[in-house]
Amino acid sequence: MTSSPAPSGRDQAVLSVEHLTAGYHGTEVLKDISFSVRAGDYIGICGPNGSGKSTMIKVILGLLPPLKGDISILGTPQGAFKEWERIGYLPQGLQFFNPHFPAKVEEVIRLGRLSAKKFPKRFNREDTLAVERTMEWMGISGIRGAMIGELSGGLRQRVLLARALVNEPELLVMDEPTTALDPETRESFYKLIFEMNQEKKSTVLLVTHDTATIGKYASHLLYLDKKIIFYGSFDEFCTSPEMTGFFGEHGQHLVCHRH
Amino acid sequence: MAITEMLSYGFMQRALIGGSLIAILCSVLGIFLVLRRLSLIGDGLAHVTFGSVALALFFRLYSFYMTLAIIPVVLVSALGILKLAQRARIYGDAAIGIVSALGIALGVMLASLSGGFNVDLFSYLFGNILSISRDELIIAAVLFAVVIAGVLVFYNDLFASTFDEELAKSSGIDTGRINAILVLLTALTVVLAMKVVGIMLISALLILPAATALQLSKGFKTAIVCAACIGVCTVVVGIGVSFSANLPTGATIVLINFLTFLTAFAARSLIRHR
Repeated sequence: MTSSPAPSGRDQAVLSVEHLTAGYHGTEVLKDISFSVRAGDYIGICGPNGSGKSTMIKVILGLLPPLKGDISILGTPQGAFKEWERIGYLPQGLQFFNPHFPAKVEEVIRLGRLSAKKFPKRFNREDTLAVERTMEWMGISGIRGAMIGELSGGLRQRVLLARALVNEPELLVMDEPTTALDPETRESFYKLIFEMNQEKKSTVLLVTHDTATIGKYASHLLYLDKKIIFYGSFDEFCTSPEMTGFFGEHGQHLVCHRH
Repeated sequence: MAITEMLSYGFMQRALIGGSLIAILCSVLGIFLVLRRLSLIGDGLAHVTFGSVALALFFRLYSFYMTLAIIPVVLVSALGILKLAQRARIYGDAAIGIVSALGIALGVMLASLSGGFNVDLFSYLFGNILSISRDELIIAAVLFAVVIAGVLVFYNDLFASTFDEELAKSSGIDTGRINAILVLLTALTVVLAMKVVGIMLISALLILPAATALQLSKGFKTAIVCAACIGVCTVVVGIGVSFSANLPTGATIVLINFLTFLTAFAARSLIRHR
């Protein structure tokens, strides 16, 4: 079952994906997917390994060119999109993290402000205030001078989340952000994202294998397996007998029970 | 020999000024290169410089004209390393290895065609900052200004790309362009550094002050400033010691740098285990 919640009168589509085919070196990982996301939605994206979740995120963020199809972000075709400060991105972890990298927490968070800068990119007082505000909101002001490599995995992801949120983005994209975290840290992390979604009305795209978390916090579920298997609200999902086949009765119960 | 007497020589003044400028460039760029695991690009470009020097000597270009002639060759080679790494489905170290080997092979071939290795080529292999001419010092000052301006203008993009390339890209930074700028600035610096420590030891001047600073620094800007100070101090002390004790300057500078690194490493280990 697939459904694409169309933009209603209340909100414009924050993200629109039409007939997207994507992959690497000509091999198609995602085939002809279409969906749209409205402002304020919290979309949980899941699917088996190799189903194209991360590929889709990379294409949306412009990190990987699509093979076919169109993407529109905040009303602008992706190729022409330049306002990257309106999007926050949090990956699973840093690509090649060097624990001895000599960067302080506040320096890392301030890097998030670069997306709003024009050449020559210089930071000003407004940037300092934005960093202060974000650190305070996230409760990490006390570690501003700490070196990023000296932090625990949970705190480091919190700092990277602060970097993603420092521009108060309209769309927050996260690719398995809690994989390396313990259950307690993971829960507090998701609560923070939920608060942001509720208080600041940011739209959230969250890739995760943690279906229980999706059931608890997300408003919509996007289930991928190289194509869209299901996209819709949790009410639709939980009343759909077809979905039992994909998640199994136990899996579907877990998602719906906690919602 | 008294320091004042040493400083009264024109060649010594030029060596100290030129050496300090080049040390600052190497140390500042070294921080970016070491953290991006591109430390050996200096070695690769140095080998290309060897080929370029052989080419210049083949056409009987010396000193000032030689520097002008080899700059474009090394710049193109630097871009070649980047393109190879991006398009030939190989990692950066393999691309550096390919271009580096090509540089050496061309150098040996040209030296052979011109009647074998000669004294000139050897002087470039091991460097001689004490022989830096007024014209070469002017080139060094101009290139110093170009490289430092480049680093200052693109500082935040360089920092972001060094921290994490994917995150930088997701912030709208053209990381391909930033990488190209970094290797081009490095190529210019390598051409200059050849005069200080010689082709064989250029990578030491790019790596050691940065590696030492990374043992001591907290914060990215602090690391850069610290590396520049270490670079200048070791080059100045190295020139002084080599002149007083009649030792080869390049090798003296590198050994002093290594001792400084060892001291910083030991100090850090002691502090950590206290």
